[in-house]
Amino acid sequence: MKIALQINEGPYQHQAADSAIQFTKAALARGHEIYRVFFYHDGVNNATRLAIPPQDDRNITEQWIALQKEHNLDLVVCIAAAQRRGMIDEDEMKRQGKDANNIAEGFRISGLGQLIDAGIEADRLIVFGA
Amino acid sequence: MTMLHTVNKSPFESKTFDTCLGLAKGGSTILLIEDGVYAATTGNSVADKIKNTSDINFCVLDADAQARGIEGKLAEGIKVIDYEGFVDLVAEHDTVQAWL
Repeated sequence: MKIALQINEGPYQHQAADSAIQFTKAALARGHEIYRVFFYHDGVNNATRLAIPPQDDRNITEQWIALQKEHNLDLVVCIAAAQRRGMIDEDEMKRQGKDANNIAEGFRISGLGQLIDAGIEADRLIVFGA
Repeated sequence: MTMLHTVNKSPFESKTFDTCLGLAKGGSTILLIEDGVYAATTGNSVADKIKNTSDINFCVLDADAQARGIEGKLAEGIKVIDYEGFVDLVAEHDTVQAWL
């Protein structure tokens, strides 16, 4: 079965990102396909490569990156939600004339159409959020 | 048409459990995750709500119940499941509604 996820909450805010990661691992272990993970609202903060959590805490972004590498996940960050929170990739940095970018490798920035597409193409859409 | 409802807030913090319970149709499943697992405990003002609802299946996510130390205080009739059980519930129901 094709399963898509929408994540509305930032890492370390409460538990949604952790729940979504555990769900993703279990779904893959069960033989399902993760069609897309769409990061929306504060969920876009999962995609920063500049976060440095304490050494004895989990690194949520690293966990996403590891899952992405192993299973070739499509991790999509909502562009409008990202821009208003200062989350930009290299292309947007140049286009907007900014001096830095912070989207981690393995994530891509795109629009809400990607969420609608996931809703249509995937068999199930699961929302994790605040 | 069956629906899986997920509730992730404590019933003492938010009205989402009550709203979900009021709107869920018979034959559907309510899965309690994160702080939502507190709705599955006995000895409080919400315990009777699950007890008095017979046509809805209640499940609680084991990891979240254990993290809060309530695995020994769960009401009768609530099924305890792991993350793979969560995935199976998603597959078994036609749609999933998250009450955030």
